[in-house]
Amino acid sequence: MFGNFDFQAILRAWPTLVFEGLAFTLEVTFLAMIGGTLIGTLLAMMRLSSIKLLSRFAGTYVNLLRAVPLVMVIFWFYFMAPYIGAWLIGADRPVRVGAFASALVTFVLFEACYYCEIMRAGIRSIPAGQANAGYALGFSYWQVMGLVILPQAFRNMLPVLLTQTIVLFQDVSLVYIISLPDFVTIATKIAQRDNRLVEMYLFVAVVYFVLCLALSYVVRRLRARLAIIR
Amino acid sequence: MEYNWNWGIFLESSPDGTGSYLYTLFLGARWTLAASLTAWTAALLMGIIVGTITTFPRRLWSALGNAYIEFFRNIPLLVQMFLWFFVVPEILPESIGAWMKRMPNSSFWTAVIALSFFTSTRVAVQFRAGILSQARGQMMAAQALGMNLTQTYGHVLLPMAFRIVLPPLTSEFMNTLKNSSVAMTVGLMELTAQTRAMQEFSFQVFEAFTVSTLIYLIINLLIVLGMRQIERGLAVPGFSIERDPEARMREGG
Repeated sequence: MFGNFDFQAILRAWPTLVFEGLAFTLEVTFLAMIGGTLIGTLLAMMRLSSIKLLSRFAGTYVNLLRAVPLVMVIFWFYFMAPYIGAWLIGADRPVRVGAFASALVTFVLFEACYYCEIMRAGIRSIPAGQANAGYALGFSYWQVMGLVILPQAFRNMLPVLLTQTIVLFQDVSLVYIISLPDFVTIATKIAQRDNRLVEMYLFVAVVYFVLCLALSYVVRRLRARLAIIR
Repeated sequence: MEYNWNWGIFLESSPDGTGSYLYTLFLGARWTLAASLTAWTAALLMGIIVGTITTFPRRLWSALGNAYIEFFRNIPLLVQMFLWFFVVPEILPESIGAWMKRMPNSSFWTAVIALSFFTSTRVAVQFRAGILSQARGQMMAAQALGMNLTQTYGHVLLPMAFRIVLPPLTSEFMNTLKNSSVAMTVGLMELTAQTRAMQEFSFQVFEAFTVSTLIYLIINLLIVLGMRQIERGLAVPGFSIERDPEARMREGG
Protein backbone atom coordinates (compact mmCIF):
# COMPACT_ATOMS: atom_id res chain seq x y z
CA MET A 1 0.00 0.00 0.00
CA PHE A 2 1.51 3.31 1.05
CA GLY A 3 4.50 1.39 2.45
CA ASN A 4 6.95 2.62 -0.16
CA PHE A 5 5.40 6.03 -0.66
CA ASP A 6 8.39 8.33 -1.15
CA PHE A 7 7.70 11.84 0.06
CA GLN A 8 11.23 12.82 -0.88
CA ALA A 9 10.39 12.28 -4.54
CA ILE A 10 7.76 15.02 -4.34
CA LEU A 11 10.07 17.32 -2.38
CA ARG A 12 12.75 16.88 -5.03
CA ALA A 13 10.44 17.39 -8.00
CA TRP A 14 8.00 20.08 -6.94
CA PRO A 15 10.02 23.16 -8.01
CA THR A 16 10.26 21.85 -11.58
CA LEU A 17 6.63 20.77 -11.56
CA VAL A 18 5.29 24.06 -10.28
CA PHE A 19 7.60 26.63 -11.87
CA GLU A 20 7.73 24.96 -15.29
CA GLY A 21 4.66 22.76 -15.65
CA LEU A 22 2.05 24.58 -13.61
CA ALA A 23 3.37 27.94 -14.81
CA PHE A 24 2.85 26.83 -18.43
CA THR A 25 -0.66 25.61 -17.65
CA LEU A 26 -1.60 28.81 -15.83
CA GLU A 27 -0.15 31.01 -18.57
CA VAL A 28 -2.10 29.22 -21.30
CA THR A 29 -5.24 29.32 -19.13
CA PHE A 30 -4.94 33.03 -18.43
CA LEU A 31 -4.20 34.10 -21.99
CA ALA A 32 -6.82 31.75 -23.45
CA MET A 33 -9.38 33.15 -21.02
CA ILE A 34 -8.75 36.70 -22.21
CA GLY A 35 -8.54 35.82 -25.89
CA GLY A 36 -11.48 33.43 -25.65
CA THR A 37 -13.69 35.99 -23.93
CA LEU A 38 -12.86 38.63 -26.54
CA ILE A 39 -13.47 36.40 -29.54
CA GLY A 40 -16.39 34.74 -27.79
CA THR A 41 -18.08 38.10 -27.26
CA LEU A 42 -17.57 38.98 -30.92
CA LEU A 43 -19.00 35.60 -31.93
CA ALA A 44 -22.00 36.16 -29.65
CA MET A 45 -22.63 39.54 -31.25
CA MET A 46 -22.39 37.89 -34.66
CA ARG A 47 -24.78 35.12 -33.65
CA LEU A 48 -27.34 37.68 -32.51
CA SER A 49 -26.75 39.91 -35.51
CA SER A 50 -29.55 40.62 -37.98
CA ILE A 51 -27.12 40.03 -40.84
CA LYS A 52 -27.92 36.45 -41.87
CA LEU A 53 -24.46 35.64 -43.16
CA LEU A 54 -22.73 36.66 -39.92
CA SER A 55 -25.10 34.83 -37.63
CA ARG A 56 -25.00 31.72 -39.76
CA PHE A 57 -21.22 31.72 -39.89
CA ALA A 58 -20.88 32.18 -36.12
CA GLY A 59 -23.57 29.60 -35.43
CA THR A 60 -21.93 26.98 -37.62
CA TYR A 61 -18.50 27.63 -36.15
CA VAL A 62 -19.69 27.43 -32.56
CA ASN A 63 -21.89 24.37 -33.03
CA LEU A 64 -19.24 22.54 -35.01
CA LEU A 65 -16.46 23.03 -32.47
CA ARG A 66 -18.76 22.23 -29.58
CA ALA A 67 -19.71 18.91 -31.14
CA VAL A 68 -16.14 17.68 -31.56
CA PRO A 69 -13.98 16.36 -28.69
CA LEU A 70 -11.31 18.75 -27.49
CA VAL A 71 -8.69 16.02 -28.01
CA MET A 72 -9.69 15.95 -31.67
CA VAL A 73 -9.53 19.76 -31.95
CA ILE A 74 -6.07 19.80 -30.39
CA PHE A 75 -4.89 17.28 -32.98
CA TRP A 76 -6.49 19.25 -35.83
CA PHE A 77 -4.70 22.45 -34.88
CA TYR A 78 -1.48 20.61 -34.16
CA PHE A 79 -1.37 19.10 -37.64
CA MET A 80 -2.84 22.07 -39.45
CA ALA A 81 -0.68 24.77 -37.84
CA PRO A 82 2.44 24.12 -39.97
CA TYR A 83 0.38 24.36 -43.17
CA ILE A 84 -1.48 27.50 -42.07
CA GLY A 85 1.84 29.01 -40.97
CA ALA A 86 3.35 28.29 -44.37
CA TRP A 87 0.34 29.78 -46.09
CA LEU A 88 0.53 32.93 -43.97
CA ILE A 89 4.18 33.68 -44.70
CA GLY A 90 4.05 32.28 -48.22
CA ALA A 91 6.55 29.51 -47.61
CA ASP A 92 6.46 26.49 -49.90
CA ARG A 93 7.03 23.97 -47.11
CA PRO A 94 5.21 23.47 -43.80
CA VAL A 95 6.79 25.59 -41.07
CA ARG A 96 7.52 24.73 -37.46
CA VAL A 97 5.09 26.31 -35.02
CA GLY A 98 6.11 26.71 -31.40
CA ALA A 99 4.40 24.54 -28.78
CA PHE A 100 3.18 27.46 -26.73
CA ALA A 101 1.75 29.34 -29.71
CA SER A 102 -0.11 26.33 -31.09
CA ALA A 103 -1.60 25.48 -27.70
CA LEU A 104 -2.66 29.06 -27.16
CA VAL A 105 -4.32 29.40 -30.55
CA THR A 106 -6.13 26.10 -30.07
CA PHE A 107 -7.54 27.03 -26.70
CA VAL A 108 -8.48 30.59 -27.67
CA LEU A 109 -10.41 29.39 -30.71
CA PHE A 110 -11.96 26.42 -28.91
CA GLU A 111 -12.97 28.11 -25.67
CA ALA A 112 -14.30 31.11 -27.62
CA CYS A 113 -17.23 28.87 -28.57
CA TYR A 114 -18.13 28.25 -24.95
CA TYR A 115 -17.58 31.86 -23.93
CA CYS A 116 -19.74 32.81 -26.92
CA GLU A 117 -22.69 30.80 -25.63
CA ILE A 118 -22.30 32.37 -22.19
CA MET A 119 -22.11 35.91 -23.56
CA ARG A 120 -25.06 35.22 -25.85
CA ALA A 121 -27.16 34.25 -22.85
CA GLY A 122 -25.83 37.35 -21.08
CA ILE A 123 -26.74 39.71 -23.92
CA ARG A 124 -30.19 38.16 -24.23
CA SER A 125 -30.78 38.58 -20.50
CA ILE A 126 -30.67 42.38 -20.92
CA PRO A 127 -34.19 43.68 -21.66
CA ALA A 128 -34.65 44.89 -25.23
CA GLY A 129 -35.83 48.24 -23.88
CA GLN A 130 -32.25 49.02 -22.88
CA ALA A 131 -31.01 48.74 -26.45
CA ASN A 132 -34.04 50.62 -27.77
CA ALA A 133 -33.44 53.42 -25.27
CA GLY A 134 -29.84 53.61 -26.44
CA TYR A 135 -30.88 53.84 -30.09
CA ALA A 136 -33.50 56.48 -29.17
CA LEU A 137 -30.69 58.58 -27.70
CA GLY A 138 -28.95 58.41 -31.04
CA PHE A 139 -26.33 55.80 -30.11
CA SER A 140 -24.78 53.71 -32.87
CA TYR A 141 -24.72 49.88 -32.69
CA TRP A 142 -21.22 49.88 -31.22
CA GLN A 143 -22.13 52.51 -28.65
CA VAL A 144 -25.23 50.60 -27.57
CA MET A 145 -23.21 47.40 -27.29
CA GLY A 146 -20.12 48.90 -25.72
CA LEU A 147 -21.75 51.35 -23.31
CA VAL A 148 -25.09 49.75 -22.46
CA ILE A 149 -25.47 46.05 -23.19
CA LEU A 150 -22.03 44.45 -22.87
CA PRO A 151 -21.04 45.99 -19.51
CA GLN A 152 -24.23 44.65 -17.94
CA ALA A 153 -24.10 41.32 -19.75
CA PHE A 154 -20.50 40.86 -18.72
CA ARG A 155 -21.26 41.69 -15.13
CA ASN A 156 -24.24 39.34 -14.95
CA MET A 157 -22.26 36.53 -16.52
CA LEU A 158 -19.02 37.01 -14.61
CA PRO A 159 -19.59 34.01 -12.33
CA VAL A 160 -20.39 31.75 -15.29
CA LEU A 161 -17.41 33.05 -17.26
CA LEU A 162 -15.16 32.23 -14.32
CA THR A 163 -16.71 28.78 -13.95
CA GLN A 164 -15.90 28.18 -17.60
CA THR A 165 -12.35 29.30 -16.86
CA ILE A 166 -12.08 26.55 -14.24
CA VAL A 167 -13.14 24.09 -16.94
CA LEU A 168 -10.54 25.63 -19.26
CA PHE A 169 -7.86 25.29 -16.59
CA GLN A 170 -8.66 21.57 -16.35
CA ASP A 171 -8.86 21.21 -20.13
CA VAL A 172 -5.36 22.56 -20.64
CA SER A 173 -4.11 19.27 -19.14
CA LEU A 174 -5.11 17.63 -22.44
CA VAL A 175 -2.12 19.13 -24.24
CA TYR A 176 -0.46 16.06 -22.73
CA ILE A 177 -1.49 14.21 -25.90
CA ILE A 178 0.82 16.35 -28.02
CA SER A 179 3.52 16.37 -25.30
CA LEU A 180 3.52 20.09 -24.62
CA PRO A 181 5.35 20.84 -21.35
CA ASP A 182 2.31 21.42 -19.15
CA PHE A 183 1.81 20.32 -15.54
CA VAL A 184 0.69 16.76 -16.37
CA THR A 185 3.29 16.16 -19.09
CA ILE A 186 6.19 17.25 -16.89
CA ALA A 187 4.82 15.19 -14.00
CA THR A 188 4.65 12.17 -16.30
CA LYS A 189 8.22 12.68 -17.48
CA ILE A 190 9.55 12.92 -13.93
CA ALA A 191 7.36 10.00 -12.85
CA GLN A 192 8.78 7.78 -15.57
CA ARG A 193 12.37 8.91 -14.96
CA ASP A 194 12.24 8.29 -11.20
CA ASN A 195 9.72 5.44 -11.42
CA ARG A 196 7.45 7.36 -9.03
CA LEU A 197 4.05 7.32 -10.76
CA VAL A 198 2.00 7.16 -7.57
CA GLU A 199 3.68 10.13 -5.89
CA MET A 200 3.68 12.37 -8.97
CA TYR A 201 0.09 11.77 -10.02
CA LEU A 202 -1.22 12.14 -6.47
CA PHE A 203 0.67 15.43 -6.17
CA VAL A 204 -0.77 16.67 -9.47
CA ALA A 205 -4.29 15.66 -8.43
CA VAL A 206 -3.98 17.43 -5.07
CA VAL A 207 -2.69 20.64 -6.65
CA TYR A 208 -5.48 20.69 -9.25
CA PHE A 209 -8.06 19.91 -6.59
CA VAL A 210 -6.94 22.69 -4.25
CA LEU A 211 -6.70 25.31 -7.01
CA CYS A 212 -10.07 24.45 -8.57
CA LEU A 213 -11.79 24.30 -5.19
CA ALA A 214 -10.36 27.70 -4.23
CA LEU A 215 -11.45 29.20 -7.54
CA SER A 216 -14.96 27.79 -7.29
CA TYR A 217 -15.18 29.21 -3.76
CA VAL A 218 -14.28 32.65 -5.15
CA VAL A 219 -16.93 32.23 -7.84
CA ARG A 220 -19.55 31.35 -5.24
CA ARG A 221 -18.69 34.43 -3.16
CA LEU A 222 -18.80 36.61 -6.25
CA ARG A 223 -22.18 35.20 -7.26
CA ALA A 224 -23.60 35.97 -3.85
CA ARG A 225 -22.32 39.54 -4.01
CA LEU A 226 -23.61 40.18 -7.53
CA ALA A 227 -26.98 38.65 -6.68
CA ILE A 228 -27.60 41.09 -3.83
CA ILE A 229 -26.83 44.20 -5.81
CA ARG A 230 -28.78 43.19 -8.89
CA MET B 1 3.00 24.08 -49.42
CA GLU B 2 1.91 20.79 -50.78
CA TYR B 3 -0.35 18.18 -49.32
CA ASN B 4 -1.14 15.05 -51.28
CA TRP B 5 -4.79 14.22 -50.83
CA ASN B 6 -5.56 10.56 -51.15
CA TRP B 7 -9.10 9.60 -50.20
CA GLY B 8 -8.58 6.11 -51.53
CA ILE B 9 -6.45 5.42 -48.48
CA PHE B 10 -9.52 4.28 -46.52
CA LEU B 11 -9.89 1.19 -48.68
CA GLU B 12 -6.26 0.16 -48.31
CA SER B 13 -5.52 -2.41 -45.65
CA SER B 14 -4.10 -1.18 -42.37
CA PRO B 15 -0.89 -2.68 -40.95
CA ASP B 16 -2.61 -4.05 -37.85
CA GLY B 17 -4.12 -6.72 -40.09
CA THR B 18 -7.77 -6.27 -39.15
CA GLY B 19 -8.88 -4.94 -42.53
CA SER B 20 -9.09 -1.62 -44.31
CA TYR B 21 -8.38 1.70 -42.62
CA LEU B 22 -12.08 2.48 -42.73
CA TYR B 23 -12.74 -0.71 -40.81
CA THR B 24 -10.19 0.22 -38.11
CA LEU B 25 -11.98 3.54 -37.67
CA PHE B 26 -15.23 1.62 -37.37
CA LEU B 27 -13.67 -0.55 -34.66
CA GLY B 28 -12.59 2.63 -32.90
CA ALA B 29 -16.08 4.08 -33.11
CA ARG B 30 -17.39 0.88 -31.55
CA TRP B 31 -15.10 1.28 -28.52
CA THR B 32 -16.07 4.94 -28.29
CA LEU B 33 -19.75 4.00 -28.25
CA ALA B 34 -19.24 1.16 -25.78
CA ALA B 35 -17.24 3.32 -23.38
CA SER B 36 -19.53 6.34 -23.53
CA LEU B 37 -22.78 4.36 -23.29
CA THR B 38 -21.55 2.30 -20.32
CA ALA B 39 -20.16 5.36 -18.56
CA TRP B 40 -23.29 7.37 -19.29
CA THR B 41 -25.58 4.71 -17.80
CA ALA B 42 -23.45 4.46 -14.68
CA ALA B 43 -23.09 8.23 -14.39
CA LEU B 44 -26.83 8.70 -14.70
CA LEU B 45 -27.53 6.26 -11.85
CA MET B 46 -24.79 7.64 -9.61
CA GLY B 47 -25.63 11.23 -10.45
CA ILE B 48 -29.32 10.82 -9.69
CA ILE B 49 -28.55 9.23 -6.32
CA VAL B 50 -25.95 11.84 -5.34
CA GLY B 51 -28.03 14.74 -6.65
CA THR B 52 -31.07 13.58 -4.70
CA ILE B 53 -29.05 13.08 -1.54
CA THR B 54 -27.73 16.66 -1.65
CA THR B 55 -31.30 18.00 -1.42
CA PHE B 56 -32.23 15.97 1.67
CA PRO B 57 -33.19 18.08 4.67
CA ARG B 58 -30.64 16.26 6.85
CA ARG B 59 -27.31 18.15 6.94
CA LEU B 60 -25.12 15.06 6.98
CA TRP B 61 -26.49 13.69 3.73
CA SER B 62 -26.18 16.92 1.80
CA ALA B 63 -22.63 17.42 3.11
CA LEU B 64 -21.67 13.93 1.93
CA GLY B 65 -23.19 14.50 -1.48
CA ASN B 66 -21.49 17.86 -1.88
CA ALA B 67 -18.12 16.43 -0.84
CA TYR B 68 -18.50 13.75 -3.55
CA ILE B 69 -19.35 16.38 -6.15
CA GLU B 70 -16.45 18.67 -5.22
CA PHE B 71 -13.98 15.79 -5.16
CA PHE B 72 -14.71 14.39 -8.60
CA ARG B 73 -15.38 17.73 -10.23
CA ASN B 74 -12.21 19.55 -9.29
CA ILE B 75 -9.65 17.14 -10.75
CA PRO B 76 -9.18 17.09 -14.55
CA LEU B 77 -10.57 13.99 -16.27
CA LEU B 78 -7.13 13.15 -17.66
CA VAL B 79 -5.61 13.15 -14.17
CA GLN B 80 -8.52 11.07 -12.85
CA MET B 81 -7.88 8.48 -15.58
CA PHE B 82 -4.22 8.34 -14.59
CA LEU B 83 -5.20 7.96 -10.95
CA TRP B 84 -7.47 5.00 -11.71
CA PHE B 85 -5.01 3.44 -14.13
CA PHE B 86 -1.62 3.97 -12.49
CA VAL B 87 -2.22 4.90 -8.85
CA VAL B 88 -5.22 2.91 -7.60
CA PRO B 89 -3.78 -0.55 -8.43
CA GLU B 90 -0.59 0.41 -6.54
CA ILE B 91 -2.17 1.66 -3.34
CA LEU B 92 -4.72 -1.16 -3.07
CA PRO B 93 -3.63 -4.39 -1.37
CA GLU B 94 -1.23 -6.22 -3.63
CA SER B 95 -3.50 -9.09 -4.67
CA ILE B 96 -6.33 -6.78 -5.77
CA GLY B 97 -3.90 -4.43 -7.51
CA ALA B 98 -2.35 -7.28 -9.46
CA TRP B 99 -5.80 -8.54 -10.44
CA MET B 100 -6.73 -5.06 -11.68
CA LYS B 101 -3.62 -4.87 -13.81
CA ARG B 102 -4.14 -8.31 -15.33
CA MET B 103 -7.84 -7.81 -15.98
CA PRO B 104 -8.77 -8.16 -19.68
CA ASN B 105 -9.61 -4.79 -21.27
CA SER B 106 -8.27 -3.01 -18.22
CA SER B 107 -7.92 0.28 -20.12
CA PHE B 108 -11.58 0.08 -21.12
CA TRP B 109 -12.78 -0.45 -17.57
CA THR B 110 -10.45 2.22 -16.20
CA ALA B 111 -11.77 4.69 -18.73
CA VAL B 112 -15.37 3.77 -17.96
CA ILE B 113 -14.87 4.12 -14.19
CA ALA B 114 -13.10 7.47 -14.50
CA LEU B 115 -15.64 8.78 -16.99
CA SER B 116 -18.58 7.62 -14.84
CA PHE B 117 -17.38 9.33 -11.69
CA PHE B 118 -16.46 12.51 -13.56
CA THR B 119 -19.78 12.69 -15.42
CA SER B 120 -21.86 11.69 -12.39
CA THR B 121 -20.95 14.94 -10.61
CA ARG B 122 -22.33 16.93 -13.50
CA VAL B 123 -25.52 14.86 -13.61
CA ALA B 124 -25.82 15.30 -9.84
CA VAL B 125 -25.54 19.08 -10.10
CA GLN B 126 -28.21 19.15 -12.81
CA PHE B 127 -30.46 16.91 -10.81
CA ARG B 128 -30.08 18.92 -7.63
CA ALA B 129 -31.00 22.05 -9.59
CA GLY B 130 -33.95 20.19 -11.09
CA ILE B 131 -35.28 19.30 -7.65
CA LEU B 132 -34.58 22.67 -6.08
CA SER B 133 -36.08 24.64 -8.97
CA GLN B 134 -39.52 23.23 -8.20
CA ALA B 135 -41.86 25.40 -6.18
CA ARG B 136 -41.58 24.82 -2.45
CA GLY B 137 -45.32 24.28 -2.39
CA GLN B 138 -44.82 20.92 -4.14
CA MET B 139 -42.97 19.48 -1.18
CA MET B 140 -45.35 21.12 1.31
CA ALA B 141 -48.43 19.88 -0.52
CA ALA B 142 -47.03 16.36 -0.59
CA GLN B 143 -46.34 16.45 3.12
CA ALA B 144 -49.72 17.97 3.85
CA LEU B 145 -51.19 14.93 2.11
CA GLY B 146 -49.35 12.81 4.65
CA MET B 147 -46.59 11.51 2.39
CA ASN B 148 -43.29 10.66 3.99
CA LEU B 149 -39.94 11.73 2.56
CA THR B 150 -39.58 8.66 0.31
CA GLN B 151 -43.05 9.13 -1.13
CA THR B 152 -42.54 12.88 -1.58
CA TYR B 153 -39.43 12.26 -3.62
CA GLY B 154 -40.70 9.21 -5.46
CA HIS B 155 -44.13 10.49 -6.47
CA VAL B 156 -43.71 14.28 -6.59
CA LEU B 157 -40.21 15.71 -6.81
CA LEU B 158 -38.24 13.16 -8.84
CA PRO B 159 -40.71 12.61 -11.71
CA MET B 160 -40.80 16.35 -12.31
CA ALA B 161 -37.05 16.76 -11.84
CA PHE B 162 -36.48 14.17 -14.55
CA ARG B 163 -38.37 16.23 -17.08
CA ILE B 164 -36.70 19.46 -16.03
CA VAL B 165 -33.18 18.08 -16.42
CA LEU B 166 -33.73 16.29 -19.74
CA PRO B 167 -32.51 19.13 -21.99
CA PRO B 168 -29.31 19.77 -20.02
CA LEU B 169 -28.78 16.01 -19.76
CA THR B 170 -28.66 15.86 -23.54
CA SER B 171 -25.60 18.06 -23.57
CA GLU B 172 -24.07 16.00 -20.74
CA PHE B 173 -24.59 12.88 -22.84
CA MET B 174 -22.75 14.59 -25.68
CA ASN B 175 -20.02 15.63 -23.25
CA THR B 176 -19.61 11.99 -22.22
CA LEU B 177 -19.16 10.99 -25.84
CA LYS B 178 -16.59 13.72 -26.38
CA ASN B 179 -14.79 13.04 -23.11
CA SER B 180 -14.44 9.37 -23.99
CA SER B 181 -11.66 10.44 -26.36
CA VAL B 182 -9.49 11.11 -23.29
CA ALA B 183 -9.44 7.33 -22.83
CA MET B 184 -6.78 7.13 -25.55
CA THR B 185 -4.27 8.31 -22.94
CA VAL B 186 -4.69 5.06 -20.99
CA GLY B 187 -4.43 3.00 -24.15
CA LEU B 188 -8.01 2.40 -25.22
CA MET B 189 -8.13 2.14 -29.01
CA GLU B 190 -11.23 4.28 -29.39
CA LEU B 191 -12.02 6.49 -32.36
CA THR B 192 -9.47 9.24 -31.70
CA ALA B 193 -6.72 6.75 -30.95
CA GLN B 194 -7.48 4.78 -34.12
CA THR B 195 -7.43 8.01 -36.12
CA ARG B 196 -4.06 8.87 -34.66
CA ALA B 197 -2.78 5.38 -35.47
CA MET B 198 -4.06 5.63 -39.03
CA GLN B 199 -2.35 9.00 -39.41
CA GLU B 200 0.92 7.57 -38.17
CA PHE B 201 0.86 4.56 -40.50
CA SER B 202 -0.53 6.18 -43.62
CA PHE B 203 0.67 9.80 -43.29
CA GLN B 204 -2.76 10.91 -44.54
CA VAL B 205 -3.43 13.24 -41.59
CA PHE B 206 -6.33 15.25 -42.86
CA GLU B 207 -8.29 12.42 -44.47
CA ALA B 208 -8.15 10.45 -41.22
CA PHE B 209 -9.19 13.37 -39.03
CA THR B 210 -11.91 14.53 -41.43
CA VAL B 211 -13.62 11.16 -41.44
CA SER B 212 -13.43 10.63 -37.68
CA THR B 213 -14.68 14.17 -37.04
CA LEU B 214 -17.64 13.34 -39.28
CA ILE B 215 -18.26 10.16 -37.29
CA TYR B 216 -18.32 12.17 -34.05
CA LEU B 217 -20.72 14.66 -35.60
CA ILE B 218 -23.06 11.89 -36.77
CA ILE B 219 -23.11 10.22 -33.34
CA ASN B 220 -23.79 13.62 -31.76
CA LEU B 221 -26.68 14.20 -34.13
CA LEU B 222 -28.16 10.80 -33.28
CA ILE B 223 -27.96 11.62 -29.57
CA VAL B 224 -29.70 14.96 -30.04
CA LEU B 225 -32.47 13.42 -32.15
CA GLY B 226 -32.92 10.51 -29.76
CA MET B 227 -33.09 12.71 -26.68
CA ARG B 228 -35.57 15.01 -28.40
CA GLN B 229 -37.82 12.01 -29.00
CA ILE B 230 -37.60 11.07 -25.33
CA GLU B 231 -38.34 14.66 -24.28
CA ARG B 232 -41.40 14.76 -26.49
CA GLY B 233 -42.60 11.42 -25.20
CA LEU B 234 -42.30 12.44 -21.57
CA ALA B 235 -43.60 16.00 -21.86
CA VAL B 236 -46.29 17.00 -19.36
CA PRO B 237 -49.03 19.07 -21.03
CA GLY B 238 -49.05 22.68 -19.85
CA PHE B 239 -45.66 22.42 -18.18
CA SER B 240 -42.77 24.18 -19.84
CA ILE B 241 -39.33 24.86 -18.53
CA GLU B 242 -38.59 28.55 -18.24
CA ARG B 243 -35.65 29.50 -16.13
CA ASP B 244 -33.34 32.47 -16.05
CA PRO B 245 -30.48 32.22 -18.55
CA GLU B 246 -27.74 32.46 -15.96
CA ALA B 247 -29.03 29.43 -14.09
CA ARG B 248 -29.18 27.49 -17.32
CA MET B 249 -25.62 28.42 -18.30
CA ARG B 250 -24.35 27.76 -14.80
CA GLU B 251 -25.57 24.20 -15.01
CA GLY B 252 -23.81 23.83 -18.32
CA GLY B 253 -26.85 23.58 -20.60
